[in-house]
Amino acid sequence: MSMFSIFNVSGSAISSQAQRLNVVASNLANADAVAGPDGKGYKARQVVFETVPMGSEASAGVKVSGIQESQEALKRVFNPSHPSADTDGYVTQSNVNPVEEMVNMISASRSYQNNVEVMNTAKTLLLKTLQMGQ
Amino acid sequence: MIANLTSELDFQAKALVVRAERQRLIASNIANADTPGYIGRDIDFKQAMGNAMGSAASSNALSPSASTSPNDGTSHARHIPLQSTLGSLSTDGSPALAYTLQTQPAMDGNSVDMDRERASFVDNAIHYEATLRFINGSAKTILSAIQGQ
Repeated sequence: MSMFSIFNVSGSAISSQAQRLNVVASNLANADAVAGPDGKGYKARQVVFETVPMGSEASAGVKVSGIQESQEALKRVFNPSHPSADTDGYVTQSNVNPVEEMVNMISASRSYQNNVEVMNTAKTLLLKTLQMGQ
Repeated sequence: MIANLTSELDFQAKALVVRAERQRLIASNIANADTPGYIGRDIDFKQAMGNAMGSAASSNALSPSASTSPNDGTSHARHIPLQSTLGSLSTDGSPALAYTLQTQPAMDGNSVDMDRERASFVDNAIHYEATLRFINGSAKTILSAIQGQ
């Protein structure tokens, strides 16, 4: 009962979206990262959201159930002068798609804002409830 | 005599509980807007109020005009209709909830329509505040009746 669990629900959503934003940040930071001598480059990561029940049937929070690596092939760029180029002159880079990541970032930030607004509204309503009868 | 004074207060208090419950539901829907496979939940306020007041109005409140489930989600005679029993807050405070229908089907099976949820959220918040004001008004009325001034 009561609206106090809104803070738990929206809080879990905010922390999940923040984690998503974190993953986007690390993807973007590594967008141009070059694979090391072992040929293993940075692979783009994605968070996977999952509903988690919070107390009653009516309140459903969110958690990050895992982080998946993209299975797309790593980018290969022809650049013979690069120190990490292989014998054919190709450099292996991460498979991050910056456009996808930007879209992901905007989506995460909007969801974050939505949940902040939900918490603010719930706070206002609870404060007014406290003043009942005065 | 006292029952006459407080019966309206009682009604508004129950309405407030249903509004708070619905606020919580919509908050959950907004929180899960990006969760794959999540199906939004909602309660029909009219029916939930009917159940809370313990009146017989609850059975016919599930008419086709019920806002949350216009057609049970069925499109064929042999489909099993979606559970659309709503908000029985009367007994243990845990309502039987309905599921929102997909307006724009998504690849991940999520049925939350953010525009609709935001609108419902604001609508519900305003109704909650209105109920609060009614309660405050009734309390003031009762007080001035008691004091006789």
